[in-house]
Amino acid sequence: MATPKVMAYRRENGRVGIRNHVVILPLDDLSNSACGKVAHNVKGCKAIPHAYGRLQFGEDLALFFRTMIGTGSNANVAAVVVIGIEPQWTNVIVEGIAKTGKPVAGFSIERYGEIKTVEMASWKAKEFMHGASELKREECDLSEVWVSVKCGESDTTSGLASNPTVGNAVEKLVAMGGTCSFGETSEITGAEMVCKARGATPELGEAFMAMFDRYAAMIDRNKTDDLSGSQPTKGNIAGGLTTIEEKAFGNLQKIGKKANYVGVLDKAVSPTGPGLWYMDTSSAAAEAVTLWAAGGFVAHLFPTGQGNIIGNPIEPVIKLSANPRTVKDMVEHIDYDCSAILRGELTLDDAGDQLLDMLVRTCNGRLTAQEVLGHEEFVLTKLYESA
Amino acid sequence: MIQFLVHEQADTVGVATVEIKAGETAEGLFMDSQAKIRLKANHDIPLGHKIGLKGHAVNDGVIKYGHDIGRVVTAFGKGDHVHVHNLKTRRW
Repeated sequence: MATPKVMAYRRENGRVGIRNHVVILPLDDLSNSACGKVAHNVKGCKAIPHAYGRLQFGEDLALFFRTMIGTGSNANVAAVVVIGIEPQWTNVIVEGIAKTGKPVAGFSIERYGEIKTVEMASWKAKEFMHGASELKREECDLSEVWVSVKCGESDTTSGLASNPTVGNAVEKLVAMGGTCSFGETSEITGAEMVCKARGATPELGEAFMAMFDRYAAMIDRNKTDDLSGSQPTKGNIAGGLTTIEEKAFGNLQKIGKKANYVGVLDKAVSPTGPGLWYMDTSSAAAEAVTLWAAGGFVAHLFPTGQGNIIGNPIEPVIKLSANPRTVKDMVEHIDYDCSAILRGELTLDDAGDQLLDMLVRTCNGRLTAQEVLGHEEFVLTKLYESA
Repeated sequence: MIQFLVHEQADTVGVATVEIKAGETAEGLFMDSQAKIRLKANHDIPLGHKIGLKGHAVNDGVIKYGHDIGRVVTAFGKGDHVHVHNLKTRRW
């Protein structure tokens, strides 16, 4: 299919964003309060509070900085004010975001106190809001919009219809030169050999397996009971899912049948070219989408069966469902209803086109259900205890 | 009216999209080819549950999504309900 055009924001580094947020980003838990006060003073900007940023070390600290810098660097973000308790780690984030060329400024609370810091940061946030408000959308190719995919609260309707609808859309996006990513390492259990075979080269398959084995070993090390008794869950079984293989193959429907992944990414790392990318993420929705947003993805396709209501502060989450009950009793959370597939009235190919149409509308400015309802779950992945 | 769906031509089970009653001749649809299939259900098949498209012997693989999703532990016939009583994971 021809590559659709969308009206989006082209940032200083050439990357394309579909939102124009001015973000007030706390370095640490202590600075959430100041960020919230700035966002109250200056209308239209957005504080993104979180629980960490103190006494982290090693690989966990590296992931923390990568996630925070990646969030500020995301092309859906026009400008960033960073506030931290002290200047040094604050500046690590400021300098990381500054590499994109976008406006960014840092403030630290020690030696000023919170009231003075909020005043200084509010003046800067006001300046950034004026600047961002004059940026104009311009015509871009849909293929320039990086798209991540992950499902949640799955049931048999997910594997039958909403997941393969996403897979159909992903195949079309990749074919037009787009950049897409899937992950959920632990929920590939049972279909990992098929996922391994979907690597564009044998080396990529091995790289995926190394990440899969590491994750499986982590679960094995920390489990306190026999996980095998809970996968599939009792709810999955009541809904008709019999084996873990069946559940995992349903999950993998989201990458379609033809696309092979061209790279494997550690958490919150950006792809280096077009194509389908595997990212090592948790299967928990808010954690995973936060990692993709930090990796630079600007739109998310989220199929759900029973009705997961997750959102993200900077990466719009487009929800679709084929469950005839969910699209009625949880209608305010669903952007695209593909339940007609279950009635034999809609093909997966047409459903994929309709989902891409919803993606185009979202790129052009349509707010997702999650955005309108204010679901802004920003959840950092923590690897181990702080020192 | 479509009462069950089959992911691929190679699959040996379909999935009920409505409640199917025992003795009923149910109408199904292959999602890849859009071909229709009719099948007499030997058991009640709840929405979301699987119906056998052919007979399976013990240790046969059940194919869904074009892939093996587990091992048959109790033989079943065409039109039978397929679930935890006759199909088990190969994983654990």
